[in-house]
Amino acid sequence: MPRETLLNVLLMTALLAFPLWAHLADEPFLITLTTRAVIFAIAGIGLNVALGFGGLVSLGHAAFFGLGGYVMGILAYHAQTYTPLMEVPFLIEGTKSMPVIWLVAIVLSALAALAIGALSLRTSGVYFIMITLAFAQMFYFFTLSWPTYGGEDGLSIYVRNSFPGLNTMDPIQFYGLCYGLLMLVLAFVWALSRAPFGLMLGAARQNEARVAAVGQMPYALYLTAFTISGAITGLAGALFADLNRFVSPTMFSWHTSGEIMIFVILGGVGRVFGPVAGAVLFLLLEHILGGLSPYWHIYLGAVLLGVVLFARGGLYGLLAGREVAHD
Amino acid sequence: MTLPLFIEQTLNGVQFGVMLFLMAAGLTLIFGVMGLINLAHGALYMVGAFAAAATAAATGSFILALAASVVFAAFAGVLVETLIIRRLYGRDHLDQVLATFALVLIFAEGTRWVFGSFPLFLDKPDWLSGTVMLPFGIEYSLYRLAIILVGLVVAAGLFWLIGRTRVGMQIRAGENDREMIAALGVNISRLYTLVFALGAGLAGFAGALIGAIQSVQVGMGDSVLILAFVVIVIGGIGSIKGAFVGALLVGLTDTLGRQLLPMFFALFMEPAAATSTGASLASMAIYLLMAAVLILRPKGLFGGA
Amino acid sequence: MTIKSLITATAIGALGALALPTAHAQAEGLKVGMITTLSGGGAGLGIDVRDGFMLAVNQAGRSDLEVVIEDDQRKPDIAVQLADKMIQSEKVDVLTGIIWSNLAMAVVPAATAQGKFYLSPNAGPSQLAGRGCHQNYFNVAWQNDNLHEAAGAYANSAELKNSFILAPNYPAGKDALTGYKRFYEGALAGEVYTKLGQTDYAAEIAQIRASGADSVFFFLPGGMGISFLKQYADSGVDLPVVGPAFSFDQGILQAVGDAALGVKNTSQWNKDIDTAANAAFVASFQEAYGRLPSLYASQGFDTANLLISAMDKADVKDADAFRAALKAADFTSVRGAFAFGDNNHPIQDIYVREVIKEGDVYTNKIVATGLSNHADAYAADCKM
Repeated sequence: MPRETLLNVLLMTALLAFPLWAHLADEPFLITLTTRAVIFAIAGIGLNVALGFGGLVSLGHAAFFGLGGYVMGILAYHAQTYTPLMEVPFLIEGTKSMPVIWLVAIVLSALAALAIGALSLRTSGVYFIMITLAFAQMFYFFTLSWPTYGGEDGLSIYVRNSFPGLNTMDPIQFYGLCYGLLMLVLAFVWALSRAPFGLMLGAARQNEARVAAVGQMPYALYLTAFTISGAITGLAGALFADLNRFVSPTMFSWHTSGEIMIFVILGGVGRVFGPVAGAVLFLLLEHILGGLSPYWHIYLGAVLLGVVLFARGGLYGLLAGREVAHD
Repeated sequence: MTLPLFIEQTLNGVQFGVMLFLMAAGLTLIFGVMGLINLAHGALYMVGAFAAAATAAATGSFILALAASVVFAAFAGVLVETLIIRRLYGRDHLDQVLATFALVLIFAEGTRWVFGSFPLFLDKPDWLSGTVMLPFGIEYSLYRLAIILVGLVVAAGLFWLIGRTRVGMQIRAGENDREMIAALGVNISRLYTLVFALGAGLAGFAGALIGAIQSVQVGMGDSVLILAFVVIVIGGIGSIKGAFVGALLVGLTDTLGRQLLPMFFALFMEPAAATSTGASLASMAIYLLMAAVLILRPKGLFGGA
Repeated sequence: MTIKSLITATAIGALGALALPTAHAQAEGLKVGMITTLSGGGAGLGIDVRDGFMLAVNQAGRSDLEVVIEDDQRKPDIAVQLADKMIQSEKVDVLTGIIWSNLAMAVVPAATAQGKFYLSPNAGPSQLAGRGCHQNYFNVAWQNDNLHEAAGAYANSAELKNSFILAPNYPAGKDALTGYKRFYEGALAGEVYTKLGQTDYAAEIAQIRASGADSVFFFLPGGMGISFLKQYADSGVDLPVVGPAFSFDQGILQAVGDAALGVKNTSQWNKDIDTAANAAFVASFQEAYGRLPSLYASQGFDTANLLISAMDKADVKDADAFRAALKAADFTSVRGAFAFGDNNHPIQDIYVREVIKEGDVYTNKIVATGLSNHADAYAADCKM
């Protein structure tokens, strides 16, 4: 078994075993913490489709993360207050059903990513980084001052949304749901990276001219990747909002975009399981360093610097060696 | 709106733009010459403001404080460049973003560790306080007027440095072809350190100038950094002229947007809703401007081909 | 009871017996979880609340009171996560510490719904005072509108007739302007919402100058207020300024300097309130931390003393008795008279202060009483 596969299996087993142990040891908070890591991992996997496979450095994925969050917040808010979301031209009611919320979150984030991507992909390099940031900032300032759904105060949902057959307020059951989704998303992205589309995307990242020469439009490839990427991150946003039973404009802030990017880089850019490792590592750091001193950001900064300077390719690059599939 | 108010707001926009230029000039040079995205530029702005506040508290002299801001920020720049940044040239943008983000964390919490969590005091000197009367009966802050003048002088100095001196020639050559100037025997690593120190010094200087009329506190560089990036992206990365035009555009859009948008919505909405909607749109205005510029000109206004 | 929880209960019982040989003789202890902002921007407020709270805890010297403190970094999602941790892992009985309204809105409803007590040492969003009130939620500071309402009342008594008012464009900012207008009877020369986190106010000051106003009311907490005051003082606009205490607390006044001198601001506390309890608090705080206490420190101190007063009367495990003990507010507040209204929010005097310079230190002195025995406007909406 290649080392990367071994690492993947270890990681996913640990993510199964640890919460189970926490459940038996009656440490529900540790389950919550792991749930957080799993949700962040999904967000990171989404960004990785654009960043790792397509080479599109987006500093605006908070837009999709937040959009997913607000889909959950707004639908659940209307269900909880028994008010319709809108009546004209046709009646839309709120809902507390997770599958419906997920679907709406995925579709809306995909549409947003399609629109933002279509405009942003006219640029490249630093310009692309900045224009994606600009779009996310627009969402941020808009929700901040939009009074209908709480503005900066955000929206609180008192009871977690429902999933048929499960009690989602039970930490371990909600965790199981998130873990299942993580596996689904991983399988999807893994298949995507091996499919003709994924291979062509990787080729476009490395040499646009050659891809264009064989009759593929790099622009269409990038746009598809960006849309898929936004949809996955949107799903993570809906889950994150459900985990906290709360959504606020901070989900749209550029710090969120930066954090999602850090998960990807820490784990290993372009590796299917990279963001999972990155998210787990980041939360571990936050948890351990946060206890050391009130100035723990200094240590966090030092660790991140160390990763960039001495551990190129992130955790996976360090542990599993150079990538075999690409380059 | 009356004419004097419009002129006053335009002056305010220009003043804001000139300040942004001091930040953006360093950022765009560093990107143009070394190909580096430097998120830590805002941290150097903060270093300048804190150095100025500490010096002013110790000596009581504003001029010394300004000098200290340039020296300390440039020194911090040199330190960071030789220890860390140097290893990042030639890496991809992603590594640079992460590493300089790490530097932002270290600078911010380090400053809080040294100076504490409360904002520091820094005031303009008496001889720059008060207001002056301009034509059309406009009463304008002397300090803001001074900022505009100082900013324009610095901008002129920069244009001269880049366009007319030997160092400037090397910088321009570096922007065009990095390998070539090394081959021509220019000490490239010294040139890089110099450019980085120049950018850092300008950022620190801006931090001190602005710190005197704003709040000197940890995190003050964050919002300015984003604005400076917006400026250089609008102007076209690497172009000093682009940074200047972009800075004025952003300054004017933001200031006039805050004045005009609520008035515009008041034409057809009730007052409370109009102020609120206008304010929301005004806070998004510069991002809308940037998206529009990039959609029409993907390399910015003065970006290379 | 399941087998697992039976084992856990036995284990805890055994541990308790080991740790406290005399445990059966006294009531069980109380555990407080404090979630507050200790790092990043705004850390000054959280540090003051924590220091004030811990000063009171240390002075009480009770072995049955345990405090767990965590830093929320001013992020709502981190605050929610910490609240989960404190409730699920630390098994705290009481939560407190949150500074910001948006974080309080994220944490408080869920915590009180799970049967925990929450004592607010700073934030007082209107939702939690009105329809969203809860019997386990006690606010020991103020409802958010209170200080603004007092500023409006003061504007009337100072015969200000044409105010220009401004605040950031977010819920607390809108509450501020609403609160001012609720009591202010004059006309409005202008009403402006600024961007949250904005640092340059040249455009707004130009509008004030052109508006023909006779006074300015502003709510710009933290660094925003510092920037505004410095730029306002330099603008040549010479109108009287009124604001709530948040831009004039002890922590940031030193950063504003002369620009704040003479400004009137409203607060329910000041260090010159002439009671023995307040004098002792100011002196002991200075001795313990080497700086003057701020408004926030006084609120932290009062919060802890309220909690301790309830512990003297009832065991927290008996929720009804403990709730009644809290509601009695049988403690000596450093602000003087203090009582809870029907919605568990304070009924108190709100003073008008003026910024002065004492030696080298900028501070406040009370010059008038803005509103006496003031409750909040949302109490009628509260059904509990």
